[in-house]
Amino acid sequence: MVGIVGYGVYVPRYRIKTGDIANVWGADPNIGKALGVFEKSVPGPDEDVATISVEAARNAVKYGRIDPTKIGAVYVGSESHPYAVKPTGTIVAEAIGCTADITCADYEFACKAGTAAIQTCMGLVQSEMVELGLAIGSDTAQGRPGDALEYSAAAGGVAIIVGDKKPVATIEDTVSYTTDTPDFWRREGEDFPSHGARFTGEPAYFRHVGEGAKSLFRKTKTTVDDYDYFVFHMPNGKFPISMGRQLGVPPEKLEDGLVVRSIGNTYSASAMMGLARILDIAEPGSKIFMVSYGSGAGSDAFVIKVEKEIEKHRGQVPTVDDYIERKTYVDYSVYAKYRRKIVALG
Amino acid sequence: MAEKGVAQVWRKIRAIYNIQGNICKTCDTHFFPPRLVCPNCRRKGQLEDYKFKGLGNIHTFTIVRQAPEDFKRQMPYVVAQVELDEGARITAQIVNVDPEDVEIGMRVRACFRKITEYGGGGLIVYGYKFEPVLKVTGHPYP
Repeated sequence: MVGIVGYGVYVPRYRIKTGDIANVWGADPNIGKALGVFEKSVPGPDEDVATISVEAARNAVKYGRIDPTKIGAVYVGSESHPYAVKPTGTIVAEAIGCTADITCADYEFACKAGTAAIQTCMGLVQSEMVELGLAIGSDTAQGRPGDALEYSAAAGGVAIIVGDKKPVATIEDTVSYTTDTPDFWRREGEDFPSHGARFTGEPAYFRHVGEGAKSLFRKTKTTVDDYDYFVFHMPNGKFPISMGRQLGVPPEKLEDGLVVRSIGNTYSASAMMGLARILDIAEPGSKIFMVSYGSGAGSDAFVIKVEKEIEKHRGQVPTVDDYIERKTYVDYSVYAKYRRKIVALG
Repeated sequence: MAEKGVAQVWRKIRAIYNIQGNICKTCDTHFFPPRLVCPNCRRKGQLEDYKFKGLGNIHTFTIVRQAPEDFKRQMPYVVAQVELDEGARITAQIVNVDPEDVEIGMRVRACFRKITEYGGGGLIVYGYKFEPVLKVTGHPYP
């Protein structure tokens, strides 16, 4: 059955505390508690989606002990591709040693472009068009200075190699739910996204994640009790917990995937990072229920079962926790310099 | 108008993305950047492509505190000569470490970073830099 044959993550080293951002704008310094985001990752001045994707993909190749020349498809999902026109995937493919005989494209669907890439790779593998497909969710998310998004917009990447031979976790089923809901967008040429403030909750996140989850429960004829872990997209620390409460998920089944508290919302990598954190620790036989969310809006829901094969691969590459613990704090002025918010520097 | 520097960057992509040089099969010497002729064996040399493992030690380094315009955002930063395990020595930036913590002999691994960009609308050049080797804890059960 089709599944994950290798995965790897990357989180930049720098962090800023949400309290420090709040101090700059005169907001409540305890905003971290209200949002459920205490600090967020910040990319270095020489990091972007291409470099983060390459680091994650190299970890995935090493984890799966995969010959990169066997990869037949590379898809990179992000809303912060370094080029408007020139695929990030071409850079990734060259940097991990793929051959030129691959299909490749960049995806964009706000925070769920990475899981859309997983679904594409599943289709290509199941139809035997490719042996292995590489799906990446990666972002260096933008938040306008002083905007609510600035407290959570973070950076990170997750690469998942999809194949059907000896997977470390099988993807048993997937469904999607998509509508035209304008809760968050960025127009061509704009530096920062716009959003519908409170509108991003009920009609956008909760409706799409909730409907996606219910649809997959119906399709698989399962209930919350059939799963050991749940991951919902994490725009902040509150939304996935509220979503879990609405669906009747016990908080302890959500806890292990809530990486948003310590690294922020890594956008296209967000739900995938929670999944990777669970794959780092889950015992064989565990079942994972993941629902990603992308503004605009849509959700992709997955049922994933951890296989015994996973035990043979652990310890090869840094875990999500290894990256979370490797950190250096920066203040707002250094953050502004690294994120190109100082206009005079260009 | 053709963008300046594109062809020069494109020719080097394979070498600078993956630290790909070559090895002389006659004298077993590794070269980076790749050589056209083995300087030791001359016409008896047999050169083959070789992808370096990307691990090495800092041979020597300097901390740059007065940088060119394009690198001001990164100041202060470290430029080092890294002696790769295979023997070749290359010049590269050291990242993911505070400059005062860098020392001669430090174990480093190659990472993929943005080297420079040709203005806001120009080409972005990617390639190798080095960082201290990262702790891998394994994946313990909770």
